[in-house]
Amino acid sequence: MLTRSVARIGRTTLFLIAEMGRMLLFMLATFAWLARPPLRPFQILKQLHFIGFKSTFVVVLTAAFTGMVLGLQIYYTLRKFGSEGVLGSVVALSMIRELGPVLAALMVTARAGSAMTAEIGIMRITEQIDALDTMAINPLQYLIAPKFVAGLIAVPLLVAVFDVVGIYGGYVVGVSLLGANAGSYWSSIESAVEWKDVYGGIVKSISFGLIVSWVCCYKGYFTRMSAEGLGTATTEAVVLSSVVILVWDYFLTSVLL
Amino acid sequence: MIKLVGVEKTLGGQPVLCGVDLTIPAGKLTTIIGRSGGGKSVLLKHMIGLLQPDRGQVWVDGIEISRLRGKALNEVRKRFAMLFQGAALFDSLTVFENVAFPLREKLRLADAEVVRRVEGMLEQVGLSGMGHKFPAELSGGMKKRAGLARALVMEPEIILFDEPTTGLDPLMAKTIHDLIVATHRTFHFTAIMVSHEIPEIFSISDWVAMLKDGKIAAMAPSAEFQRTTDPAIREFIAIGA
Repeated sequence: MLTRSVARIGRTTLFLIAEMGRMLLFMLATFAWLARPPLRPFQILKQLHFIGFKSTFVVVLTAAFTGMVLGLQIYYTLRKFGSEGVLGSVVALSMIRELGPVLAALMVTARAGSAMTAEIGIMRITEQIDALDTMAINPLQYLIAPKFVAGLIAVPLLVAVFDVVGIYGGYVVGVSLLGANAGSYWSSIESAVEWKDVYGGIVKSISFGLIVSWVCCYKGYFTRMSAEGLGTATTEAVVLSSVVILVWDYFLTSVLL
Repeated sequence: MIKLVGVEKTLGGQPVLCGVDLTIPAGKLTTIIGRSGGGKSVLLKHMIGLLQPDRGQVWVDGIEISRLRGKALNEVRKRFAMLFQGAALFDSLTVFENVAFPLREKLRLADAEVVRRVEGMLEQVGLSGMGHKFPAELSGGMKKRAGLARALVMEPEIILFDEPTTGLDPLMAKTIHDLIVATHRTFHFTAIMVSHEIPEIFSISDWVAMLKDGKIAAMAPSAEFQRTTDPAIREFIAIGA
């Protein structure tokens, strides 16, 4: 019984290590193909539209309500100490350093990442990826690399939108509804937010963009050849992307602080 | 000429090919028959480097392709085209764009030339006026014809057909067979077809090979193959017919 349990743990560990190795090789191969001509600007624009533009609405909606609930919670907490004047800086720093990158990346994972996995997975199951291979067109270069580029560009832009909308959401609740001072709200942001905070947010959002494209494309590319396998791949892509984003966020925060 | 020497492949712990020795004559239409799940499609995928053998060699005109990767493999693949079981059309592109895809990607031709070639090819496979449709709007037979047009448009030297008539009614299957034969006569490519359509394949193929238990059990010119005395092959042909 004990031997069997140890063997199972060993097998799982070896599988996970091998899977991580395969994922790393997948990413490196994609970057290697990305560096080779032809560049595919139309494909990249198409993916930017899909990952970026089409995610804007859900990101704005999430950002607005996150900012509003943050304004509400923080206003009542600060009022206990008579510090409502720093409401703006607390909302802005929370948004720029933490909530903006993480929540925007999670929303992109849910909306665009899952769709990427499903699209690539269906192409694998219906042999469309094999068809590319037979035409001497590398699928990593044609299919995956544009999604990587689009993820790297779109997620930081969406995070910027998230930050701005979130800060305005905090303003609407804190200033317009609860009566905090508007001047204090903006001036506290101006005095508290430093370049280092913005830089940290940018670094996080770029790496999250890569994580979403990388994990979701990988799971779709190596999906099992069945409808059930595709469903599992899509679920795994969303769960794994989200977990990796949160874990990576902790490591980045501890380095960037 | 394509030559497989001692090709072995195990998939999911199951041995599929157990030492396949096969020589495909150039310029002829060779059909590979055998039981469903017997490894015929796997064999076909080895010929174009979509799968690599665990053991053995795959030769294409004197080049051993089973260990080739990247650019070297792509150079060999430029001589091939493949018609997949489900046609494998890109579902985000129209029929016209699907057929034009290899021309635009590989040859980078002017638009007018692409239009001329694609429309000519669509006419040849009986899909004139269908170029604007998406694969989801096509019937099974039309998808296969569009796949055939995409395979032919680059005028390859070798075309692999993976069960081109599966899922089609007998009339449409005959249409596809006639189309393959007609285009083979016109373009003189080497054709390798995996099929279950017995006895129809005997009338269209130059050579027939049978894959049995992961090996080539027999290969002969079509007429000779039908006269085989091997009881297992006779039984397969009789049931198929």
